[in-house]
Amino acid sequence: MIGSVLAALVIGGAVAAFAIAWRPAIAAIDPPVPQSFDAALVKRGRDLAAIGNCNDCHTVRGGKDFAGGLPVPTPFGTIFSSNITPDAETGIGRWPEAAFRRAMRSGVNRDGQHLYPTFPYDHFTNVTDEDDRALYAYLMTRQPVRAPARANQLPFPLDQRVVIAGWKLLFLRRGTYQPDSMKGAEWNRGAYLVEGLAHCGSCHTPRNVLGAERASAQFAGGDVDNWHAYAINAQSPAPIPWDADALFAYLSDGWHPDHGVARGPMAQVVSNLSSAPESDIRAIATYMAGVFGAPTPDRKRRAEAVLAQAKSPSVQASEANAVGASIYAAACATCHGTERPLPYGGVNLGLSTALSGPDPRNATNIVLSGVRPVEGERSPIMPGFATSMNDDQISALLNYLRVRFSNQPAWPGIAKTIADARRTQTLFLQTSAGPRNAPADATQRDKP
Amino acid sequence: MMTLKVNGQNHEINADPDTPLLYVLRDDIKLNAAKFGCGLGQCGSCTVIVDGNAVLSCVTPLLLLEGKQVTTLEGLGTIEAPAPIQRAFMEEQAAQCGYCIAGIMMRAQALLQKNPKPSDEQIRAELELHLCRCGTHMRILRAVHRAIRLMDTADASSATAGSAQ
Repeated sequence: MIGSVLAALVIGGAVAAFAIAWRPAIAAIDPPVPQSFDAALVKRGRDLAAIGNCNDCHTVRGGKDFAGGLPVPTPFGTIFSSNITPDAETGIGRWPEAAFRRAMRSGVNRDGQHLYPTFPYDHFTNVTDEDDRALYAYLMTRQPVRAPARANQLPFPLDQRVVIAGWKLLFLRRGTYQPDSMKGAEWNRGAYLVEGLAHCGSCHTPRNVLGAERASAQFAGGDVDNWHAYAINAQSPAPIPWDADALFAYLSDGWHPDHGVARGPMAQVVSNLSSAPESDIRAIATYMAGVFGAPTPDRKRRAEAVLAQAKSPSVQASEANAVGASIYAAACATCHGTERPLPYGGVNLGLSTALSGPDPRNATNIVLSGVRPVEGERSPIMPGFATSMNDDQISALLNYLRVRFSNQPAWPGIAKTIADARRTQTLFLQTSAGPRNAPADATQRDKP
Repeated sequence: MMTLKVNGQNHEINADPDTPLLYVLRDDIKLNAAKFGCGLGQCGSCTVIVDGNAVLSCVTPLLLLEGKQVTTLEGLGTIEAPAPIQRAFMEEQAAQCGYCIAGIMMRAQALLQKNPKPSDEQIRAELELHLCRCGTHMRILRAVHRAIRLMDTADASSATAGSAQ
């Protein structure tokens, strides 16, 4: 009796697991000819792909667009992005639109295999059929590139894709975005983009031990590629509170006089957004301004004091940290300590979120590597100091900057942060072609 | 007072620790190859080599150079016995006004010491932050490629002359 109950349970369990995990393959098609797609649809797909930042993960630095192969480091192992060019053998050339939509909606490829959630379908599930159709049209009209998938480096059992079905059961909330009728059209458009295609939370929301975004801490700050993605909610450490206008300018231009220049992984994001429709950037800014929330009167007062100090810096009397002060004076203040406005001068460091934030990695990365010029483009630059300063000197500088330019306590463990940053940035320094900006020429934007 | 080692020679320097290296090189040691362009670390014309790395001397305070070896263009070779990188730039006539060239040669030299066979892409990426307003970029690139070949075939003595610490 017990035996047969157990057997029934095991069989039932297996059937249930199979039902949860198994997805059918979708029949392959002959790659559609590019001319079969409507040009206006392709153009819309191009704008959406810019908002989705697709090329960032699906392109290796210096490689062919959308051909995949970029290693994405995660706490679980390294996952390589896939080839989403319309190449018939190694890309998505044989995918019908239904297969593309299923991948976006529920993270399953054409063969029926589960995709790792490094592909942020927990956000893309919100994207409408209409927008998926436009994205599909855009990708299927790109240059096909033959680039076979690279094998992920994951330990057992995470290398078994069936595991992903369990993850989805726990963390994937399917369903397209439902508008909030209490809010206006622009806010809803922004919410749809931010929570969906733009997948802002993928970096800016902290993750739990299973690698899923913590819903209770949405936008409270996360990690990406050894950078800290700042909190972009009420906990934002920005010395000057963000508002919709500042967000719009920053996301369109890549910099703002009260906040500085986007760099690190955010550089590619704004580089893409700079070519997206203005109305969509405005919508994102409107929605996110609500997420940040209106600053408290106390926060406003502090911001005004910081701005006043930045505009007419008071002379610092005695310096406890002479080494840090001297390095700042000679290496930093020539740009950051003048009244020359952005983008020609550097941001006054009293306005720097990197220095006022809780995590020293961004400030460390930027001192070591600077901001590399983008080949053949207009772009912000800052020289890196990795080769001209040793760890003690960088530590002295960072401690000095933290004390002088923020009202926050010293960062703990700065020596280890510097050592880690040197290790991880070596790769960056050797390979970086930097983000590629969208066409600066506005007339180029109408081309698919 | 601190001791600064430039092109193999020790110099006693009396300057504030936050004085940029460029000022000391030009004003105190009278080595004028490194140029003041922008003074902001944005044009590259002040580039010298410190312990094998290309460094922007206008944003490098003196205090960072304790115990380090500085090499300027003067330390690579002379007019009579130019280093391979210098010969290559002359042979390709890579300089128009020449203001940016000393810095570019130093960064190219540092690159070739670390990587004797860089690709064209690597050379372009490395030199990206250098500004040249005359527009001799293509000649500069040809000169770096020529320097690669010269260094490959140079005899021992000129190879030594072209090596910066």
